[in-house]
Amino acid sequence: MADDELIIGHRNSEWTGLGPILEEDIAFSSIAQDQIGHALANYALLNEHFGEPTPDIIAFSRNEKEFRSSQFVELPIGDYAFSLMRHFLFDHAESLRYSLLTESSFAPLSSLAKKIKGELKYHVLHADMWVQKLGKGTEESHARMQLALNETFPYALGMFEPPNFDRELEGQNIFIGETALQTRWLEVITPILEHANLQLPSLPIKERMYGGRQGYHTEYLQPLIDEMTEVYRLDPAATW
Amino acid sequence: MESLDPRIRPADLEASPASSGLAQNEEWETYAVFHQDKRGEQHVFVGIVHAPDPELALLFAKEQFGRRKKTVNLWVVRSADIFTFQHEDDDMFSTVPEKTYREASGYPVRKRINKYLEEVKAVAEHMRDAVEL
Repeated sequence: MADDELIIGHRNSEWTGLGPILEEDIAFSSIAQDQIGHALANYALLNEHFGEPTPDIIAFSRNEKEFRSSQFVELPIGDYAFSLMRHFLFDHAESLRYSLLTESSFAPLSSLAKKIKGELKYHVLHADMWVQKLGKGTEESHARMQLALNETFPYALGMFEPPNFDRELEGQNIFIGETALQTRWLEVITPILEHANLQLPSLPIKERMYGGRQGYHTEYLQPLIDEMTEVYRLDPAATW
Repeated sequence: MESLDPRIRPADLEASPASSGLAQNEEWETYAVFHQDKRGEQHVFVGIVHAPDPELALLFAKEQFGRRKKTVNLWVVRSADIFTFQHEDDDMFSTVPEKTYREASGYPVRKRINKYLEEVKAVAEHMRDAVEL
């Protein structure tokens, strides 16, 4: 979860200063910042409750094989339609995930989920609005959004690659499990996409892009990590 | 929830997807943004956003004007819907400084308020004495 949030937050932040208009640039940058904030909150939980190092060390001193993020989030930003579509697919999953986690038996996680509910509400509103406006906009905007959906969808399914401990989380009522989350996600996004005149691609199950949760990544992750950690690596012990 | 003020159109976030698609439009309009920092307080004009419709205007206003200070609500109003005087005609207002009797501060209400408060206090004390007896 935290790795997904860190990597997509970094990718989305690459739009800062380049967004299509100033107002949207600010909104999308804020969303990116929220996502990095959620990553930080989760790394802090790992640090406080599971003996992992501090958030900065977890975030900045691993190589790509150690990242558990889906391949979906590491793909380059593409055109704005690509990034918006990824934001739509990602934040709906994120919003549902945290909404389910408000019931988690692991109290620190359920309280985090309650705390960030409002942020995710805005993320989803922002994503839905753009998907509608562009899906039902001009011929060109519709075509770009449909293309973006076709490209991102197989990777988006990679968000629901079950980790080895999926059953264990479910058994202890910590989390309902990835398959159940994916089902709910499809139930939510399908009518919204239809309403925007966009067609969800039907694809054979083997084409979904799994691997990220096991540390198998595309060629795009390591360069991102190199850039993200460039300053940190100059002096890992520096205080800010 | 139905708005308590039927003059104002609230966004129904549950009903999102938004209503219409985006048309080809190079020049977006501006919307005036009004910010409310506490329920019951006035919405105060804080600036503008560029947007093609009220829905996106509100979406942008949230991050532009809601992220750095406490906010409970925002309004957006199409700038073109604001009707105003011209600054050249501000001589209409220039006589006011001479008419201090029109200023609210000129009214001698404070004395009456204090008198009323004293009365209330006296009644309250009287009641308490009566209960103690």
